[in-house]
Amino acid sequence: MSKFLAIGALLVLLVFAPLSGDAYLVRLGTLACMYAVMAASWNLIGGLTGYPSFGTAAFFGVGAYTSGILCKMGVALPLAVLGAGLLGVVLAAIIGFILLRLKGHYFAIATLAIVELFREVANSATDLTGGGMGLNIPRHEGLGVYQEAAIFFFAMWALLAITAAVCLFVERSKIGFALACIRQAEGSAEMIGVDSTFYKTLVFALSGVFVAMAGGLYASWVHYIEPGDVFDILLTIKPVVMALIGGVGSTVGAIVGAIVYVTFEEAIWRNYLDFSSGIIGLTIVGLVLFLPRGLGSLRLRWRPRASTP
Amino acid sequence: MIFYQVLVNGVVLGSLYACIAVGFSLVWGVLNIINLMHGSFIVLGAYLALLAYSSLGLAPWWTVAVAAVLFFGVGYLIQRFLINRVVAAPVMLSLTLTFGLDLIIQNAMIYFFKADYRALNLNPALGSVALGTVVVPVDRLIATIFALLLTFALYVVLRKSRIGRAIVAVRVDQDAARLLGVDIRSIYAIAFGIGTAMAASAGTLLALTFPIAPVVSYAFLGKAFVVCVLGGLGSVPGAVLGGLLLGLVESFGSYAIGPEFAVMLSFGLLIAFLIARPQGILGRRGFE
Repeated sequence: MSKFLAIGALLVLLVFAPLSGDAYLVRLGTLACMYAVMAASWNLIGGLTGYPSFGTAAFFGVGAYTSGILCKMGVALPLAVLGAGLLGVVLAAIIGFILLRLKGHYFAIATLAIVELFREVANSATDLTGGGMGLNIPRHEGLGVYQEAAIFFFAMWALLAITAAVCLFVERSKIGFALACIRQAEGSAEMIGVDSTFYKTLVFALSGVFVAMAGGLYASWVHYIEPGDVFDILLTIKPVVMALIGGVGSTVGAIVGAIVYVTFEEAIWRNYLDFSSGIIGLTIVGLVLFLPRGLGSLRLRWRPRASTP
Repeated sequence: MIFYQVLVNGVVLGSLYACIAVGFSLVWGVLNIINLMHGSFIVLGAYLALLAYSSLGLAPWWTVAVAAVLFFGVGYLIQRFLINRVVAAPVMLSLTLTFGLDLIIQNAMIYFFKADYRALNLNPALGSVALGTVVVPVDRLIATIFALLLTFALYVVLRKSRIGRAIVAVRVDQDAARLLGVDIRSIYAIAFGIGTAMAASAGTLLALTFPIAPVVSYAFLGKAFVVCVLGGLGSVPGAVLGGLLLGLVESFGSYAIGPEFAVMLSFGLLIAFLIARPQGILGRRGFE
C-alpha cells in the first residue's frame, strides 16, 4: 500500500509542476511522462510476456515522423498524434505477427534490426522526411513558450494516464493471465487453449501504439527531429533499464523506474557532462549485477524476514 | 568490366566483415551472450593501430599481434568478473549489461580520442595494383589477406587445439562437457577473450581502410549481427560465408540501386533470414 501512496505523491507533484512556473521542471516532467509511457509499454511485451523487445525506438520514430509530417501538412496536433498512434498500432501488429515466432536472442536481434531498418528508411526517404537534414515542425502561432511547454506537459501526462490505465487493465485481466502463461511455458499454454499468437500480437500492438503517440507528441514538442535522434538505440534501451529499476513485470514499477531514471540522468547531466554516459553505463552495470529485480527488492535486506514457525 | 570490379570490392569487403563477425559469432554461439561491446573493441583496436603508427611508426599489420594479446586479456577479465554473473540470465539482462559496459567504453573513447574521424595514412602511400581493369588499393589487399589469415587461424585453433575442442564441446553440449571435466567458467572466459581479440585485431586492419571514430562502432556491430544471422551462429565457415555474402550483396546492391540503400538492404536481409531461416545458411537450427 505504501508503494501506491508514494506513487500517488509523485503523480500529484508531477501534475502541479507547471503551476510552479519553472519551465525547467515542466520540461523534466514532460520527459518523465514520455519515458514512463515507453517503459510501461515495454513492460507489456518485455516484462509480462517475457519477449525481450528492443524495438521501442522503431515505434517512437515512426510516431514522431508521422505526426511531424502531418503537422507540417497543416493537420491539427491531436489528429496528428492519433494518426501516429494508428500507424504505430498497424505496424506493430504486422511486425509482431511476423517476429513473435522468434524467441530469446533472435527476437531481440530482429527487433533491434527493425530500428536500424526504419532509421535507414527515414534517412533515405528524403522527399518525405527530409532525410539526414531532419524535419522542422512549425511552432504553434500565438502561444508563449511557457504556455506551449505546459500544453505538452499535460498532453504527455494524459497519454501516460491512458497508457497506465490500459497497462494495469491488461496486467490484471484475463489477458495478463494468458501472458503469464506464455511467459512461463508457451508450449503448455497453447496446449491448454491459450491462443498465444493472438495474445502476443495483441500485446505487441498495444506496446507500439502509445510509444508511437509519445513519439508524435515529442516531435511537436521539440520542433525538430532527425533519424538518428528519434530512432536512437538509447530510446530502446532506456525503457528496459527503467523497467529494471522498478522491477520487471510491473506497470507501476516501470513508471516509477522511469521517473527515478529521468531524475537521476538529469542530475548526472547537470553535474558531470563529460562523463555522463559513462556514469549511466556504470549505473546500468551495477543495476544488472546487483539489483536485477529492481529497487523494490532492496526492502528485503533492510527488514529482517519474519520468522516462520 | 565493371562486374569484376564490383565482385572484387565485394570480396574485399566480405573478408573484412567475416573477420569482424567471427568473434561475435563465437561469443554468441558458445556463451549465448550478444556482446554489444564488440563494435567498440573493433574501434579500440583501430585506435591502437593509429597510435602505434603515429608514435612508433609501426604499420597496422604488425600491431595485429599486440592487439590480439592485449585484448584477449581484456576480454578474459570482463567475462570472468562481469559477464559470467549473467551468463544464465535472460537475454534482456545480459544484453543490457553489455550495453551498459559499452556506454562506459564509448564515453572513455570520446574522452581520450575525441569524437572526430581520424584516418591512418601510410607514408609513403602503397598505391594500388591493377589486374586488367580491376583496381585494388594495396592497403585494402593487405587488410583482406590478414583478415582471412586471422579467421583461418581461429578456425585452426578451434579445430586442432585442446582449448578449441573444449570450446566447441561447450557449444555443442554444455552438460556433457562439464561431465567430462571441462571447466565451463574458464572456457567461457577464454572464448570471450578470443572474441575480443578477434574484434581488436580486425579493428587494427580496418584502420587501414576506414576512417575511425567512436561512433563507427555501431556500424561494425550491425555488420556483425547480419553476418552471424546469415551464416549461422558459432561456426567459422558460417561467419566467412555470411561475411562474403553480405560483402557481395552490399557491393552489388550499392552498384545497382545506390550506396544509400546498402545498410537498408543488409538489415532487410537480416530480418528475412531471421524469419525464414534463423539457423543461417550453414549451421544447425540455432534458435531456442
